[in-house]
Amino acid sequence: MGPYILKRLLLMIPVLLGITIISFGVMKLAPGDPVSVVTDLNPNMNKEAIERIRAYYGLDQPAYVQYAKWLKNMLMLDFGRSFAPDSRPVIDKIMERIPVTLLINILSMILILAVAIPLGVMSAVKQNSVFDKGTTVFVFVGFAIPTFWLALLLMILFGVKLEWLPISGLRSLTYAELSVPEKVLDLGKHLVLPVFVSSFGGLAGMSRYMRSNMLEVIRQDYITTARAKGLDERTVIFKHALRNALLPVITLLGLSVPGLIGGSVIFETIFAIPGMGQLFYQSVMSRDYPTVMGILVIGAVLTLVGNLLADVMYSVADPRIRAAG
Amino acid sequence: MTSTHGPIITILLVFLILTGCDQHKATTKDPSPKTETVTSIAETESEPAYGDMIIRGTIGDASVLLPVLANDASSFDITGLIFNGLVKYDKDIQLVGDLAEKWEIADDKLTIRFFLRKDVKWQDGQPFTTKDVEYTYKTYVNPKTPTAYATDFLKVKEFRVLDPYTFEVTYTEPYAPALTSWGQGMLPSHLLEGTEITESPLKRAPVGTGPYRFREWKTQEKIVVDSNHDYFEGRPYINRVLTRVIPDPATMFLELKAGRLDQMGLSPLQYTRQTNTKWFNENFRKYKYLAFGYTYLGYNLLDWKFKDKKVRQALTTAIDRDGIVKGVLLGLGEVAYTPYKPDTYWYNPNVKKWPYDPEKAKQMLAEAGWTDTDGDGILDKDGKPFKFTIITNQGNQLRERAATIIQRDLRRVGIRVKIRPIEWAAFLKNFIDRRNFEACLLGWGIGIDPSQIDIWNSKKTGERELNFITYVNPEVDTLLDQGAATYDREKRKEYYDRFQEIIAEDQPYTFLFVSYSLPIISARFHGIKPAPLGIGYNFDRWYVPKHLQKYHIAP
Amino acid sequence: MYADFLRRLARDKLAMVGLCVVAVLFFVAMFADFLAPYPPDRIDVEKILVEPSRDHLMGTDPLGRDVLSRIIHGSGVSLSVGFVAVGISTFIGVILGAASGYYGGLADRIIMRFVDIMLCFPTFFLILAVIAFLQPSIWNIMIVIGITSWMGVTRLVRAEFLSLRERDFVRAAVSQGASDLRIIFLHVLPNAMAPILVAATLGVASAVLVESSLSFLGLGVQPPDPSWGNMLTEGKDNIEIAWWLSLFPGLAIFITVMGYNLLGEGIRDTLDPRLRR
Repeated sequence: MGPYILKRLLLMIPVLLGITIISFGVMKLAPGDPVSVVTDLNPNMNKEAIERIRAYYGLDQPAYVQYAKWLKNMLMLDFGRSFAPDSRPVIDKIMERIPVTLLINILSMILILAVAIPLGVMSAVKQNSVFDKGTTVFVFVGFAIPTFWLALLLMILFGVKLEWLPISGLRSLTYAELSVPEKVLDLGKHLVLPVFVSSFGGLAGMSRYMRSNMLEVIRQDYITTARAKGLDERTVIFKHALRNALLPVITLLGLSVPGLIGGSVIFETIFAIPGMGQLFYQSVMSRDYPTVMGILVIGAVLTLVGNLLADVMYSVADPRIRAAG
Repeated sequence: MTSTHGPIITILLVFLILTGCDQHKATTKDPSPKTETVTSIAETESEPAYGDMIIRGTIGDASVLLPVLANDASSFDITGLIFNGLVKYDKDIQLVGDLAEKWEIADDKLTIRFFLRKDVKWQDGQPFTTKDVEYTYKTYVNPKTPTAYATDFLKVKEFRVLDPYTFEVTYTEPYAPALTSWGQGMLPSHLLEGTEITESPLKRAPVGTGPYRFREWKTQEKIVVDSNHDYFEGRPYINRVLTRVIPDPATMFLELKAGRLDQMGLSPLQYTRQTNTKWFNENFRKYKYLAFGYTYLGYNLLDWKFKDKKVRQALTTAIDRDGIVKGVLLGLGEVAYTPYKPDTYWYNPNVKKWPYDPEKAKQMLAEAGWTDTDGDGILDKDGKPFKFTIITNQGNQLRERAATIIQRDLRRVGIRVKIRPIEWAAFLKNFIDRRNFEACLLGWGIGIDPSQIDIWNSKKTGERELNFITYVNPEVDTLLDQGAATYDREKRKEYYDRFQEIIAEDQPYTFLFVSYSLPIISARFHGIKPAPLGIGYNFDRWYVPKHLQKYHIAP
Repeated sequence: MYADFLRRLARDKLAMVGLCVVAVLFFVAMFADFLAPYPPDRIDVEKILVEPSRDHLMGTDPLGRDVLSRIIHGSGVSLSVGFVAVGISTFIGVILGAASGYYGGLADRIIMRFVDIMLCFPTFFLILAVIAFLQPSIWNIMIVIGITSWMGVTRLVRAEFLSLRERDFVRAAVSQGASDLRIIFLHVLPNAMAPILVAATLGVASAVLVESSLSFLGLGVQPPDPSWGNMLTEGKDNIEIAWWLSLFPGLAIFITVMGYNLLGEGIRDTLDPRLRR
C-alpha cells in the first residue's frame, strides 16, 4: 500500500504543474488584464497612471517571468496578493469564504445522500413499478428546473408570501445579540433554501447512480445464491446487496471533495451568500490572476487528494481491487 | 472630477442589469437638479431625533475603503460617509469649503491658498492639520501608489505648508478643474505615514473625519458604519448605516418588499409598474432626478463609412431617440443632445438637435452617396452595402435594448445593423483599445466640472486613451484648452457653449439619453430635501422622528 | 435487433413521453417561421409587458415583443445549442476514449492524465477560457459547451473499449489482420453505441441547462437573439411584474430537459442488458 500511495503522490506533481501552466496560460491569453478592467475608459486615468499601476503589479514583465515568480512564491506556500484594488493576501480572501461554502456543501451533500440512497435502492428493488417510475419523474423534475428560477420562486413563496423564511443572506441583523441556540436557529433558517436548492440538482444523478448500482448487484451470483439459501429478502437486499452497491459511492464521495469548496456562483448570487463561487467568478471577470490561480491550485490539490483517498478507501473496502492494483 | 459608467462597474458588470450604477451617488458628492419627490404624501414636519438605522442595498461589495485606492462606486459610497475633502459641492452644485474654511486664488491664477478649519478631529481624536493634507498630496503623486486620481495633482508645481492650518499650491499654468480636485478624501497622516498604503489595515478599517465612523465589514455581506458624535458639522441623526450586498437585483427587490431594506435604486420597470401599490405608497417615498451620465452611440471615425459628417447626421436623424427613452427607460429619462447634463449651468440648449425624421434621413444619406442601387433594400455606395455592427458591454440590459431599437430604426432607412454584446475585459482589450469596431454603445459619467479634454481632444487618441473614436477637430482642441485655463464662470461657459455647438454639428456620437436615478427610501426617514445635486448631500441631516424609529441602536 | 429495441422502447411509457416531447420540439424548431404569430424581433413600445391575451398568448416582453414568437424561435436556438454542443463533446470523447481504451499503454496514460487535469477545472472557468479565444456568438457558445464537456464521454468510451477489446469478435478481427481503424470503427464502436447514445441524449438536456446558467451570468446566447436561457434571465428580473416573462421560458426549458432525460433513461433501460430482468 505504501509504495502505491507514494507513486500516486509523485504522479500528482506533473499534473499539478500542468494545471498551473494551463490556468496561467488561459488567464494570460484571455483578453484584458486586471489593470485595464479598472482603468480603461476611466477619465481620471492617463497613460502614465495606467503604466504605473501595471508596473506595480509586475504586469510589465513577460508572461514567463510572471509565472516563474508566481511559482517560486507558491513553492513556499505564498499565494501572493490579489490584483483587485484591495490588494489583500489571496489566502485571506479564500479563507474567509471557505467556512460558509463548506457548511452549505456538506449539508447539501448529506441531504442528497440521505434522500438519494433510499430512493435509488427502492427504485432498483421495485424496478419498473409505479414507485420506480414516480421516482424517476420526481428526480428529473428537480434536475430539469433551472436553479435560479426555482430559487426565486421559493423565495417569493416562503420569504415574501408566507414569511416563513428569510429571503437572502446568512444571518439576521440582530444576530450578534442572539444567544447561541438562537444563533444556530437563525443560521439554520437562512440556510434552508440555499441548501435545498443546491441539493435539488444533485439528487437526480445520485439516485439514478444508486439505482443502477443496485440493479447490477442484485443480479450477481452471490445474491442469487443468498436467495437460493432461503435467506429473507430483506436480509439479502440490505445486508448483502446494499453493502456492495454502496462501494462505488465511496469513489463518488472522493470525487466530490473539491466540489465542497467550489460553491456555485449562481445560487450564491441569488441568495446573497458570500461564498467561493462568487469570489472565483469575480476574480475571473476582473482578471485577478493571483486569486484565480490560488483557488484553482487549492481545488486541484483537493481533487487529486480526493481521488487518491477514494481509491485507497475503495481498495481497503474491496479486496478484489487490491489484488489487481 | 469625472466618473464613468463603464469602469466603475467592472467586476459586477453582469449584475448591473437593473439597479444601474448611480446608487453610490445617493450619498457622495453628486446628483442633480430637476429632482422631485414623487409620492404625493407631504412630509409632515416633525422634531428631528437621534437614533435608528438605515439599511441600504447594493449589488456590489466595496473593494477598499481608502479613497486614494478605490475605483468603484460601492467603495466611494462608503468612503463618502467616512472621509471629507477640502472642498465639496453644495446642493446647488456650487463649490464650497468642507475641511477648508476658505481659499484664495492669486491674481495670476497659478497659486491657491487654502485655510483649513481648526475644529476638525480625526475619528481617533487627533487634530486634522496641513500635515495630513501634505501626506495626502504626496501619496497621490507618489509613483508607487496605484491610484487613478493622480492626474490633477501631478499638475501641481509646488506644495508649500505655511502653518498647521494654511498651505499653498502652485500650478504651472492656470487650471480651472484644480479646485475640484481638492475634494478628494483626505488621509490621516498619523496612521499612514511611513507605511505601505496598499498593505495598510486602514484599507478595511478606515479612520476619517466624516459624519460616520467605521464599525464592521463582512466581505460580500455587509458594511456597517456608526455616527460620529464629534463630527465637526454636528452629530448625524441616524445612528447607524448598514449597507447590505445583494448581488441579484431581483432578490434585492424582494428584500425591499419584505421590509428588510430601507433604500435601493429602482429600475424603470420597478419604478413604474411595481411600486405603486398602497403598501409602497404608505411605507416608501420614491425620488427621481437626472443622473450624472449619458448613453451614446459612438462611431469609429477611422471607418470609411462614418468619415462623412453628413452620414453621421443622417444616422442621428434616423434614430428615434424619444422612442428609446419611452421604450427603454419607460419615459424616465431625457434625450441627450450634447455631452452635458440638460439641467446644469454648462448645458447649451441651443444646438442642432437632428429630430427623428426617417424620410429626411434617407434624403441626407442619398446626398452623401448612399442609395439602394441594386434594389435589395439595403443602401449601398461604391458597390458596398451599408451594414455595420454595434458593440456594447455584456449584461447591461438597458444598453442592449437601446441597441435593439436602433437596429429597427436603421433598418427602416435601409441600413443593416448587427448587435454584439461583449464581456467587459475582452470588450476593452480586443475592440476599444485596438479601435477594432464600427460603432459602440456606451455611457460616460458627466463630471461636475465641465472640462472634457480627455474625451474630445485630438491628442487623446492614443491606445488606452479616451478619445477612442478618433475625433479630431482643432477648434474643439482650442476651446477645451481655453475652458480649462479660465476661472471666470461666464467666460468659461462661452467656450463650452461653442464646443457643444460644434459637437452637435459634427455628431461624432449620436447622443442617446440621460436617465433618471430612481432611489426609493423608507417613508420613516425625514429631512430628505431633493436639490440640484440629488438627495444624498444632506444625508447627515436625515432623521427618523422618535415615534417612527424601527431599530434600537445604542448611540 | 433494432426492431426488437424499438418494440421494447415503445413499451416504456415514460420514454415514449420523452420521445413525443423531443419530436414536437423538432417540429416547432423546424417550422418556427410558420408557427410564430409575429416576427420575434418586432418591437412595439406601446405594448411593453402586456399580460397574456388573445393577441399575445404568452404576453409581451420589455420591448413589446411577442413572448410566444420568441419562445418558438428560441427553440431552434436552444436545441441547436444542445445538439451541436453534444455533437462536439461526443466526437472528442469517442476519439480520445477509443484511442485510450483500444491502445492502452502510454496513449492511455497521457489521455487519462489530461482528462484528470481538465476535470480539476471548474466548468465555468473552462467556458470562460474558451470565450476568451473565440468571439462570443451563438455558434461559439455551442462550441464552448461542447469542448468543455467531453471528459465524461471519454471515460465512458474508454471503459467500454477496455472490456470490448478482449472479446472474441475483436480478437478474431485482429487475427485476420484488420487495420486498427477498421477494428475500432467497424467492430468495437458499434457495440459501444448504447451508452454513448444515452450519454448524448442526457447531454442535450444538460447543455440546454448550461446555456441558461450562462445566460444568468450574461455569458450565454446574447440578446437580441432569443434563447430560452436569456429570456428566462430577463424574466427573472421582472418576475413580480410580469410572471409570464419567466414562466413560459422556464417551462420550455423544463419540458425539454425532462423530455430528453426520460428518453435517455428509457433508451438506457432498454439497451443495457445488465439492467434487464
